[in-house]
Amino acid sequence: MKDHVEIRRGAYADSVALLQVSRSVQGTPGVEAAQVAMATGLNLEVLAGMGFMVPPEASANDMVVALRLADDTVLPAALAAVDAALAPRRPTSGAGEVAPPRTTAAALRGAGEGDLVLVSVPGASAVVEAVDAVEAGHDVMLFSDNVPVDQEVALKRLAADRGRLVMGPDCGTAVVDGVGLGFANAVRPGRIGLVAASGTGCQQLLALLHHAGADLEGVGVRWALGVGGRDLSAPVGGLATREALRRLDADPDVDLVVVVSKPPAPEVADALAADAEALGTPVELGLLGPGQRDLTTVAEAALARLGHDSPQWPVHGADNTGPAVGPLLRGLFVGGTLCDESMLMATQALGPVRSNIPLAPELALGDDLLPDTHTMVDFGDDALTQGRAHPMIDPTLRLEQVAATAADERTGVLLLDVVLGHGAEPDPAALLAPAIEAARARRPIPVLVSLVGTDLDPQDLDRQRDALVAAGAEVHLSNAGATRRALDLIAATTAGEGSTR
Amino acid sequence: MTSPLTGVVNVGADMFADAVEAQAVPVERVDWRPPMAGTEADLAAVATDPRRDAANRRAVEAMLGVTATLVDVAPASEVLGLEPGQFLHAGPPIEWSRASGPLRGALMGGAALEGLVDDPEDAVALFEDGGSVTLEPCHHRSAVGPMAGVVTPSMWMFVLEDAETGRRTHCSLNEGLGKVLRYGAYGPDVLERLRWMSAVLGPLLRAGVRSADPVDVTGILTQMLQMGDEAHNRNRAGTLMLMRDLAPAMVTSGADASDVAAALRFIGGNDHFFLNLAMPACKLALDAARDIEGSTMVVAMARNGTDFGIQVSGTGDEWFTGPAQVADGLFLGDYGPDDANADIGDSAITETAGIGGFAMATAPAIVRLVGGTVPDALATTRRMHEITLAENPRWSVPVLEFQGTPTGIDVTRVCRTGILPQINTGMAGREAGVGQVGAGLVTPPAEIFPSALAALAARVPN
Repeated sequence: MKDHVEIRRGAYADSVALLQVSRSVQGTPGVEAAQVAMATGLNLEVLAGMGFMVPPEASANDMVVALRLADDTVLPAALAAVDAALAPRRPTSGAGEVAPPRTTAAALRGAGEGDLVLVSVPGASAVVEAVDAVEAGHDVMLFSDNVPVDQEVALKRLAADRGRLVMGPDCGTAVVDGVGLGFANAVRPGRIGLVAASGTGCQQLLALLHHAGADLEGVGVRWALGVGGRDLSAPVGGLATREALRRLDADPDVDLVVVVSKPPAPEVADALAADAEALGTPVELGLLGPGQRDLTTVAEAALARLGHDSPQWPVHGADNTGPAVGPLLRGLFVGGTLCDESMLMATQALGPVRSNIPLAPELALGDDLLPDTHTMVDFGDDALTQGRAHPMIDPTLRLEQVAATAADERTGVLLLDVVLGHGAEPDPAALLAPAIEAARARRPIPVLVSLVGTDLDPQDLDRQRDALVAAGAEVHLSNAGATRRALDLIAATTAGEGSTR
Repeated sequence: MTSPLTGVVNVGADMFADAVEAQAVPVERVDWRPPMAGTEADLAAVATDPRRDAANRRAVEAMLGVTATLVDVAPASEVLGLEPGQFLHAGPPIEWSRASGPLRGALMGGAALEGLVDDPEDAVALFEDGGSVTLEPCHHRSAVGPMAGVVTPSMWMFVLEDAETGRRTHCSLNEGLGKVLRYGAYGPDVLERLRWMSAVLGPLLRAGVRSADPVDVTGILTQMLQMGDEAHNRNRAGTLMLMRDLAPAMVTSGADASDVAAALRFIGGNDHFFLNLAMPACKLALDAARDIEGSTMVVAMARNGTDFGIQVSGTGDEWFTGPAQVADGLFLGDYGPDDANADIGDSAITETAGIGGFAMATAPAIVRLVGGTVPDALATTRRMHEITLAENPRWSVPVLEFQGTPTGIDVTRVCRTGILPQINTGMAGREAGVGQVGAGLVTPPAEIFPSALAALAARVPN
């Protein structure tokens, strides 16, 4: 063992740097101990404690290099290690990379006043991010589902106190200042404002009004403010709908407001009607429910309010459709409101329809998705999206069910929806058309598709429609139109049966 | 009124951000990750507490409104009413049986200093018996103590005051580095130094403080943060500025010139002397933010060598504690990680106030404690902004374009991001009597933040 102690006169580094140098030199093979330090009283004590003999002339302005080596041969390597450790380090980068923000609050520091927050984190964490937005003075769209209703109420109360708009939770669609958010369709801006407690209901109206507005000045939508499917339920009480109405009413570029909703709580609907009455801007209420108008009729009423006749809503592939091949109507939907609308129409015409989003509790579907009744399934329902993507993104679940349902010989007509727009599957027909074709190859079952989209949507509406028609489907722009056609087919079968008995 | 869409902040699925960007709208993406396990429901409850936002604003405003002035230097018996047998210590409450080596060593030394025993070793029996001695956290007596933080009646204390309210905080005088009481050393030289501090240094400082203009401690902190100090592990500029302010009055106090010279040499030779002013200044500010119902702001972080504890504005005096961690850093001489005690001291009050590790960017040299780089220092300060409520307009960091220091640790943000407060600290030897073995970086035990969050959630009115 060999000690090496040297004084480096006038050399200086701060104590922290020297601790680091000592540590790195200690890691050199053959070095048993190393202490590189300024020769201050404290450090001389430490060195003495380690057994090093330091020359007495060392002063606090000198650097001491003290090394305990296995033998003399490692000295050059050890000194090289000291010099390397003392050499200034080259910076790896300048001021350092700025990491992206970890919370909404952090992202909103210095954000523009008109910045909107779009939240799609898991439902259990969504409200926390949304509160950040509201407290920083921003509107928020909550795409997240599975948000507990008490959290929704608390969030919307915070927002109401601050005049902020909460679009959601479970808000799939919005158009804000002409920009499509979530599953919005690409539309021509115009002078109609939508308030939608329903994603696909909103998309149906966007698609119909866009189609009608092709040749009509001002018929288009710049604002479609989603409010979340539960906003008009009793616990939430329309908190966000009221804020959205207030915004659109104050906008001089909005001539007509259309409200569209899944079936609301009656007392909330009444209160909303009174609120709408008090606004300066005319409001067309399209609240789904038994005995209420379907969405296509609401779109027609909106056009009439603006002084326009409604066009013939397009239907393609009508020639594909033969008579119903069984007594039951089966609907398989990705859009909850489209499912609701069809169910309301079917119930009136055919009687009870069982569903995973039933119109009455006793009509709930059990585990058997093909009972001996008419059925309509919403694959976008929270219970079916937990732990997986929405069916507008991941169609697997519904595709499986298309095959099973079409194969069931009680199924007389199959009713489907396909929803286009930003965020949706890039080419839904690519998988659905072959599934339809395969189903019809086994049984010549009428397949009615409501294809909700616009010619500006990224999926190319015409191409989607053509592929579905080529597969044997009859394709409608209006979901109510497709449903009515399905009901007619089923009714014809039962009427036929009746006459043969 | 509907207002034009200027941009979108996207938190969650990237596909939505992509779709917005495709429409030529600028998007900022949040790097969201799931919160600490099991905190979702409590986070939602606290987030939607209608009192929280205003309560946190009040807490931040109260804290930032405090200016700490050094108004006196006096024995603890006078200013804290401490009596023989009463011992203050750092961190949350603890009893002798659970006390760590350095805390025990400092208590033993303190007992000898007060003449309760002649030999510090004899104090073990005194504390084991417990009949004639009491242990109490500094924080419970408007005080803070670095490392072991032991305060006894004869020790002289800095007295800081908030002129607006007259509230005061206290801290002992800093002994220097190496073998010192606060690191658990209690040898004869340690006690001799403490006796000199009480007999000579304390009275001289008092003379200086009482006859000079009041020393604006908050103001010195403002300046030193622009001079390479982060005011926890680096206090050089602060120490020299304090000496600049007090030296003339000390010189003209009429005291023996050699005593004055010794005192000035002691202060100038101890780069950490100002730490014992930075700490009570931070506590004075943070105490103003205490006891605001609904506030999720941390008002104290402190360690006793065994437990790490935090107190939160909205939960009163309750301590949320977990096991103190061992710092990651560099060691003096032959010492290594096995020689180090777990984290100890009230000095994390500096980080609680937004300096120390939180202001790492302003003191790049400190980052070398863990072999880091200057960009690491900048990243650390930026990261702390993720878990804090505000920026301190007085305390700014030049290299970050004079951005204010990250201020007001928010329990909810810690739970949401999993980012723990970064603390710069000294390391005491594990055994009583050893003293300092190194310095480094440490964080609190993660679990104390979900505990505090649960207590906040339980207090949300229905």
